[in-house]
Amino acid sequence: MMEFATHAWNALPAWTQLTVFSLVKIVAILVPLILSVAYLTFAERKIISYMQVRIGPNRVGPRGWLQPIADVGKLLFKEVIVPAKANQFLFVMAPLLALAPAFVAWAVIPFTDTLVLANIDASLLFILALTSMAVYGVIIAGWASNSKYAFLGSMRSAAQIVAYEIAMGFALVGVLMAAGSLNLREIALHQAGGLHQWYVWPLFPLALVYFIAGVAETNRAPFDVAEGESEIVAGFHVEYSGMGFALFFLAEYANMILISTLAAIMFFGGWLSPLPPAWIPSVPVIGALLGDGVHWLLFKISALLFCFLWFRATFPRYRYDQIMRLGWKVFIPVTLVWIALMGATMFLTPWGFIFH
Amino acid sequence: MLQNYLPILIFMVVALGLGTVMIILGRLLGPHKPDPEKLSPYECGFEAFEDSRMKFDVRYYLVAILFIIFDLEIAFLFPWATALSEIGLFGFASMMLFLGILVVGFVYEWKKGALEWE
Repeated sequence: MMEFATHAWNALPAWTQLTVFSLVKIVAILVPLILSVAYLTFAERKIISYMQVRIGPNRVGPRGWLQPIADVGKLLFKEVIVPAKANQFLFVMAPLLALAPAFVAWAVIPFTDTLVLANIDASLLFILALTSMAVYGVIIAGWASNSKYAFLGSMRSAAQIVAYEIAMGFALVGVLMAAGSLNLREIALHQAGGLHQWYVWPLFPLALVYFIAGVAETNRAPFDVAEGESEIVAGFHVEYSGMGFALFFLAEYANMILISTLAAIMFFGGWLSPLPPAWIPSVPVIGALLGDGVHWLLFKISALLFCFLWFRATFPRYRYDQIMRLGWKVFIPVTLVWIALMGATMFLTPWGFIFH
Repeated sequence: MLQNYLPILIFMVVALGLGTVMIILGRLLGPHKPDPEKLSPYECGFEAFEDSRMKFDVRYYLVAILFIIFDLEIAFLFPWATALSEIGLFGFASMMLFLGILVVGFVYEWKKGALEWE
C-alpha cells in the first residue's frame, strides 16, 4: 500500500508535487499566524488591563483563556450589514484587499536558516510592495461605505500611511547598504556572531524610525487618529459588522506581527542567538536552547509586540498635525542624514567596517 | 528561478480564498434582516445631512503628490544600496548628487509650507 502511494506520488508531474508541498507549508504558516492573532488580542486586553490595575477578561474558560475563541464565534454569527447607499461590490472587496497583503507577505519571511516558503532574492522589495498595497483596503473601505465618518477616517489613514511609508523605505535603504542584499535570509545571516553584530547598534536611528513608522502604518495607538473613537467613531470600518469587521481586525493584527517580525530579522538578528557561537556549550538541551533557532525569533517578536501594547497603554493620542510633522519633518530628515553619513563613512573614512 | 515564485502565487490564491470563505460563512451563519434604518449610513443617530462624498482638504492631494516623488526616490535607492560595494565611490557620489537635488526640493516645500497642517 505504502509502496503504491509513493509510486503514485512520483508519477505526478513536478508542478503538482510542488503545489501540494506549497499548500501544506502555507497551511503550516497560516494556522499558527491566525492563532497568534487570536491570542494577541487576548494578550492585548490582559496586558493593558494589568497596566491599568484591572483584571481583564477572566470569565470565558479558565482565567479567560477561551475569550478569543468566543469572540470568533460571536463575530461569525453576527449579521453582515451592507448599507443601502454603499457601493456593494467595493464594500465587500475592501476587507479582502486589506487581508490578502497582510497574509501573503509571510510567504518570504525566513523563520530559520532553511525554514522559508519562498526564498526569493528580492524578498524585501516584495514586502515593501505588499505593505504599500494595504492602503487600498483602507481607502476603498472608506469610500465604498458612503458614510462621513468612514470617509474622513480613510482620508486620514491614507495620508498617514503614505507619509510614514517614506520614512520606512529610507530606513530599509540603510539596512540594504549595510547588508548588500535584498534577501531577508542573507540580511539576517550578515548579523551572525552574537549580540554586538546586530544592525540595531550601527543603525540605531533607522531601527527606531522603522519601528515607530511601523506603529503608525498599522494605525495603532498613539497614532490611531484614523479610528479615534472620540472623534470619528471607528473611522474607515464604522459601517462594517460581523465577518467584514473581523477581516479588518485580522489584517491589522497580522500586520502588527509582520512589522515586529521584520524588525526582529533586520535589526535584531532574526533567529540568531545573542550569544557568540564560541560561548555556547555543546550540552544537549541547553546548547540547543542557547544556540540559533526559531525560538529566538519568536522571543524577539513577542518582545516587540509587547512594545506595541505598552505604547497603547502609555501614550496619549497624537494630534493629526503632530503626526504629519513627525513623519515629514523629523523622520525623513533623520533617515536621509543617516544614509548620507553611512555612505560617507563607508567610502571616505577608514571606519566603514562599523556598518558591515 | 521562477519556481521560487510559484508558492507566492498559491499563497495569494489561498489568502483571497480564505477571506472570501470567511465572508460567505458570516453571511450564511448570521441573520439577514434588512431594514431601511439599519441600512442607512451611521451618523450618531442623525439623518445624514448631505452626500458623504463631500469636498475635502486639498492638502491630502499635496501629500499624495509628495509621496509619489519620494517613493520613486526610494525605488531608485533600493538597487543602488544593493550594489553599493560594486559601484564604489563614483556610484556613491552620483547618488549623493541626486539626493542633494531632491533635498533642495524638500527644503523648498518645507519653506513654502506644504508640510504644514493648520
